[in-house]
Amino acid sequence: MSAALLEVENLRVEFGGRIAAVRGASVTVARGETHCLVGESGCGKSVTALAVMSLLARGARRSADRLAFDGIDLRDMGETAMSRLRGHRMAMIFQEPMTSLNPAYTVGSQMTEVLRRHKGATRAAATDRAAELLGRVGITAPGLRLGQFPHQLSGGLRQRVMIAMALMCDPELLVADEPTTALDVTVQAQILRLLATLQRDLGLGLLLITHDLGVVARVAHRVSVMYAGEVVESAPTAELFAAPRHPYTRGLLDCVPVPGKVARNAPLGSIPGVVPRIAPGFAGCAFRDRCGQVNASCAGIIPRRTVGAGHAMLCRLEPGWTGAGATP
Amino acid sequence: MLRFLLRRLIVAVLVAATVLTLAFVLTRLSGDLAISIAGPNATQQDVDAVRKAYGLDRPVVIQFFDWVGRALLGDFGESYFFKARVAALIGERMPVTVSLGLTGLVIALAISLPMGVLAAVRENTWADRAVQAVALLGQAMPSFWLGLILMITLGLHLGWLPISGTGSWEHYVMPGIVLAFSAVPALTRLTRAGMIQALGSDYIRTARAKGLSRASILLKHALRNAAIPVVAIAAVQLGFMLGGSIVIESVFALHGVGFLAWESIGKNDFPVVQAVVLVLAVIYVALTMFADILNAVLDPRLRGA
Repeated sequence: MSAALLEVENLRVEFGGRIAAVRGASVTVARGETHCLVGESGCGKSVTALAVMSLLARGARRSADRLAFDGIDLRDMGETAMSRLRGHRMAMIFQEPMTSLNPAYTVGSQMTEVLRRHKGATRAAATDRAAELLGRVGITAPGLRLGQFPHQLSGGLRQRVMIAMALMCDPELLVADEPTTALDVTVQAQILRLLATLQRDLGLGLLLITHDLGVVARVAHRVSVMYAGEVVESAPTAELFAAPRHPYTRGLLDCVPVPGKVARNAPLGSIPGVVPRIAPGFAGCAFRDRCGQVNASCAGIIPRRTVGAGHAMLCRLEPGWTGAGATP
Repeated sequence: MLRFLLRRLIVAVLVAATVLTLAFVLTRLSGDLAISIAGPNATQQDVDAVRKAYGLDRPVVIQFFDWVGRALLGDFGESYFFKARVAALIGERMPVTVSLGLTGLVIALAISLPMGVLAAVRENTWADRAVQAVALLGQAMPSFWLGLILMITLGLHLGWLPISGTGSWEHYVMPGIVLAFSAVPALTRLTRAGMIQALGSDYIRTARAKGLSRASILLKHALRNAAIPVVAIAAVQLGFMLGGSIVIESVFALHGVGFLAWESIGKNDFPVVQAVVLVLAVIYVALTMFADILNAVLDPRLRGA
């Protein structure tokens, strides 16, 4: 295995001292690896992505035991130094393709400025590169698109433009925050296939944030399941799907209908309730109120344990436990 | 776009027609024009002669349509006091008023844009509050008072700028500042609000994710969008400034259109008053329309509509 491209250890993000959005998350992305971060809305996966890119809103407090990109410590890096990495060696695409492009500038202008900023490319060279990448992300007539404004493009096209724009400087790491959530199902599949292809062809390290386990199964090398600001289970994809250990992971997987596995009239699994909002100082397992295996020790300190090769979870249960993941 | 323009044009013409009517009616509400033209020592015969000579003995409706018909052809009649064509009088003084208005606008933008950007970037800090306080002060200050204060300080005590007249560009600086202050509060607040909205938008997050410089994020990506309403309002403000320069032109003795209106009102020179009101109103309406077009040019999303 190659050296880790992105290392995040014990990442914490708090907003205004009242909400702990991320509580000790650890994620590692190796070079050329797709690492999926999954979880429900509000579990802190997007905040984790923004924290990695140093794009958190004002008023957010970030701390970590380790936060490094290619061995470079990002924790105390100033905004200017960080801006030389962003868009250059580490890029990001977002959930909202409709609003993520500046309405006042053409696609070409927004794409070329990245290359001009980081590589000092000429306008002509940058335009050539932009056209090449638009072609690469499956946009026909790149020349036409470069001169168009974002409002003239569909959501799917805009997300393709965002992806192409993120690739302008040949980044080593791409952070994709639910890039398909806002799109039509058919377009979702196209964009995912595109991301998977680009990841493989360009050897990208991809940190893909999603709540779609179908996506995870198709593209991820490694999966981390997040719940209430913590990574509760992390494992290679095949292992996680074959042998989920954490009650929450099991609950999540039960929610996914698998043709042939689910009986025709049996109710689909669900996890009642929502992710709790956690204040700083919260102790114990955050899932215990929704867990089918809860007991008194769940309010105590929960150990992080290794339960297989590259497989870790945050739960007091023995790996071989049986029963319902979520409260029935 | 064409439909939009056509609709705006129709509204503009209607507004101009309304102003035309009001200008005519209001001047006639100020008393018997023949008596005031003839002067305090005139006999009844004199007044009758004046009434006949100026066509004031005709029915008001006929007078109105006669005036409108001529005004549409650019003929505003002759001034009673200056004994000159009204159109020529206005044409002669328009450059002064336009220079003053443009000076005021440039100064207003030069103050408002940086202040608005600063306030937005430092939202809810002392800098933001200071900017808002200055804007409020500008709103509250009567322009003639500010004009006099500037004359005393910059003109008399420091001797930096001439106090009155139109001899050189320096004569426009002080009145320009005073005029600008009437537009600064609105433009500053608009810039601030626009910048705050823009800075919180997804495309600014994208710009940051692209690693662009702070200057590029603020000025290229945020201000470009925040400036769209500001530019439009600035055009409308210019209309206000051109029309509202009466006070400032008289304080600084600038012989512009506003000064002409002020003089003519005092002398009951109603063809001039009517014409000035109409010309300024038409300019204002035209600038408002221009603002809409400018909006469409600056915002690519409106261009196709």
